[in-house]
Amino acid sequence: MSLSSLERIDGNPTSTIAGLGVRPGRPVPFGATRVPGGVNFSVYSNRATAMTLVLFKIGQSEPFAELPFPPEFRIGGVFAMTVFGLDSDEIEYGYRATGPQPPGVGDRFNPDRVLSDPYAKMIGGRAEWGVPPDYFDRYVYRARLPMEDFDWEGDRPLRLPTEDLVIYELHVRGYTRHPSSGVAAGGTFAGLAEKIPYLRELGVNCVELMPIFEFDECENIRVNPVTGNRLLNFWGYSTVSFFAPKASYAATGRYGMQVDELKNLVKKLHAAGIEVMLDVVFNHTAEGNELGPTISFRGLDNRTYYMLTPDGYYYNFSGTGNTVNCNDPVVRGFVLDCLRYWAIEYHIDGFRFDLAAILDRAPDGTPLANPPLIESLAHDPVLRDCKLVAEAWDAGGLYQVGRFPGYFRWSEWNGRYRDTLRRFLKGDQGTIGEMASGLVGSPDLYGHRGPAASVNFVTAHDGFSLADLVSYNDKHNDANGERNQDGDNGNNSWNCGAEGHTDDAATLALRRQQMRNALLLLLSSHGVPMLLAGDEMARTQHGNNNAYCQDDPDFWFDWQLAERNADLVRFTRLAIAFRRAHPALRRRVHPTGRQRDGFGHLPDVSWHGVRPYEPDWSPDNQLLAVMFYECDDACPTRDCVYLVANSHWDTHEVQPPAPPPGLRWHVFANTGAPSPDDAYAPGDEPVLTDPDHLLVGARSTVLLVALPAD
Amino acid sequence: MQIAKYMRGSVTVVELDGELDSVTAPASREELAQLASSGGPVLLDLSRMSYMSSAGLRVLLLVYRQARDAGAALALAGIPPMIREVMAATGFLDFFTVAESVEAALVDLEP
Repeated sequence: MSLSSLERIDGNPTSTIAGLGVRPGRPVPFGATRVPGGVNFSVYSNRATAMTLVLFKIGQSEPFAELPFPPEFRIGGVFAMTVFGLDSDEIEYGYRATGPQPPGVGDRFNPDRVLSDPYAKMIGGRAEWGVPPDYFDRYVYRARLPMEDFDWEGDRPLRLPTEDLVIYELHVRGYTRHPSSGVAAGGTFAGLAEKIPYLRELGVNCVELMPIFEFDECENIRVNPVTGNRLLNFWGYSTVSFFAPKASYAATGRYGMQVDELKNLVKKLHAAGIEVMLDVVFNHTAEGNELGPTISFRGLDNRTYYMLTPDGYYYNFSGTGNTVNCNDPVVRGFVLDCLRYWAIEYHIDGFRFDLAAILDRAPDGTPLANPPLIESLAHDPVLRDCKLVAEAWDAGGLYQVGRFPGYFRWSEWNGRYRDTLRRFLKGDQGTIGEMASGLVGSPDLYGHRGPAASVNFVTAHDGFSLADLVSYNDKHNDANGERNQDGDNGNNSWNCGAEGHTDDAATLALRRQQMRNALLLLLSSHGVPMLLAGDEMARTQHGNNNAYCQDDPDFWFDWQLAERNADLVRFTRLAIAFRRAHPALRRRVHPTGRQRDGFGHLPDVSWHGVRPYEPDWSPDNQLLAVMFYECDDACPTRDCVYLVANSHWDTHEVQPPAPPPGLRWHVFANTGAPSPDDAYAPGDEPVLTDPDHLLVGARSTVLLVALPAD
Repeated sequence: MQIAKYMRGSVTVVELDGELDSVTAPASREELAQLASSGGPVLLDLSRMSYMSSAGLRVLLLVYRQARDAGAALALAGIPPMIREVMAATGFLDFFTVAESVEAALVDLEP
């Protein structure tokens, strides 16, 4: 025992319960915390009349000790006890909560169940992916204590400016599970770390990880009607434990080292200049509705953690059975504690909130004008530098894109941008004006907040992949076991002439071109572009637009596509590099069309048609041209690019506007040209030979850059 | 957990045999720290280790840093594949000087 612990006079038990020395614990922090000589356990329940701490040796089904909290160990609604002489590496712990008799409305106490700690930092018992737990066991998701002494060697969150991000959304397991990934431990955090060189080369600087909090992939009861295989909850938008990384996403999960492995991944990504954003699901939990399992929250304090009807049943704004009561003051504290923990302990750079509109509902479901949770997160001192991104809608019909209460701090998934870009691409008429708005960061939605409030995307995990967006008119979700009833029907997709697989060369060529159009428009729009992992190599999900349950080689990331579609990978890489090289595409404020004083300056944005400065905003027009010009105060360089997007089925001859004095137009990209002339590396862009006559092919996008005439 | 020690030239070779976990960690740490503080180069031969828990890895790292701070060279050799995989995935491997075999390590450590 070290001297420092001897110096404390509270380092010894005051009494014995179940053979273990104990003393009254500290109510905060909540959860289990190592303290000198023992472990401090603290758990909240406002309604419980009695609480028992249950201790197990790792993996044992029977506890080795049960310690009822004496009344004097309770302060307010918190039960706290320090237990001495525990080997914190070798135990799992849980609680039994007893409620009042008769039960009140909404009470779901059941002292027969052992409840997982909402603050569990690690979960035992679920280390092997896809192996169903024994659901009749009274303790399935078992709280453990990780070591929290990771050596970060000076690592800090990167704090990249939001407008400079290129986000890459990926699924930890799907990304490297396929045998073609070539990593040592496929489907894990360690496997992802092996792909960092690829991410660097691609040029993305932020990975957004689909849910990595502990969930139960085996909760899905459906069967694939095509193969007869059991389906899983592959994506994991169904949290079991909000402070615990998913054990089976770690190669070392079976040794209880998932915490170290995830931290090592974050550290390595940071060293490569890549931020880490987590997709967090606070709108509901894995406990489901009245018929769902009792895991933790509902057995501890159902009325606090969930939105309940006056009769005590679950409101279902999430579409999954229950709704977390986010604006209850206690739950607000829980969410804040959780995010702070991930920011402090794991150096996480940002969070994307699934179905975030639920976060601004009052306990009875009413949307709040000033939701306290959203405000707390916006102004939290620990989270100040974390990116906060809302999926600004929910399954209860609340759609808040452009209206999410962001406190000048939150960004949003811009669902309008996605829909507009898709409609423009497939040639819908009347989309020119909205597309123009999207190109400049949607000032109609985010005028008061700047382009960085807009996370732009054309595809995300929900819906078609990019290759499928240009290959399918309709969703093909039969393999999900719901007779194709699941998934969105409004996809704004176009198959380019044949549904799904085809050998028709013209159709395939058009699909390749459409993918390039989408990527180029996305990566040259103001705002924050987000790519769905795999779109850079035309990854397909076979027309399935709701692949949440498909843990299958056909749905994992097939790395052979990187070779097969190397030209598309190259195009994406160059478009990302171009964005990063050109501040005119990454403004912090929306361009307004104003022009700096002084000779030779151009407006920060100007609109054009087939002739310069003559945009055609009529509904039947399908050609849009824009010039961006950036010259900062010091004005060491002028940055000027010109983009023509033609979604019409005909070629048009376009006259570009004059570049700034002393500069000439060079061609960076032309999606109508075959690879490798579809895009050029910085410095290699050929000069535009006839600057007054630019042929823009059918369904083509051309991006020019003004460079000094040498 | 058995710890044996022998000299190869000026290098102290320490053989670890068995499991290093939170039960065996405190005693092992004390023993290893003593061996590592002898001043000369030290080689930890892990080839007979069957299991290393998270506590075990921490013991190794503490001993390693203690030796380094005292100015002694310390290397690991013969890490069994399973333990090596764990060390690589969690980043622990990056902290150590690692050799494939005792013989290879001796070449590096001999002054």
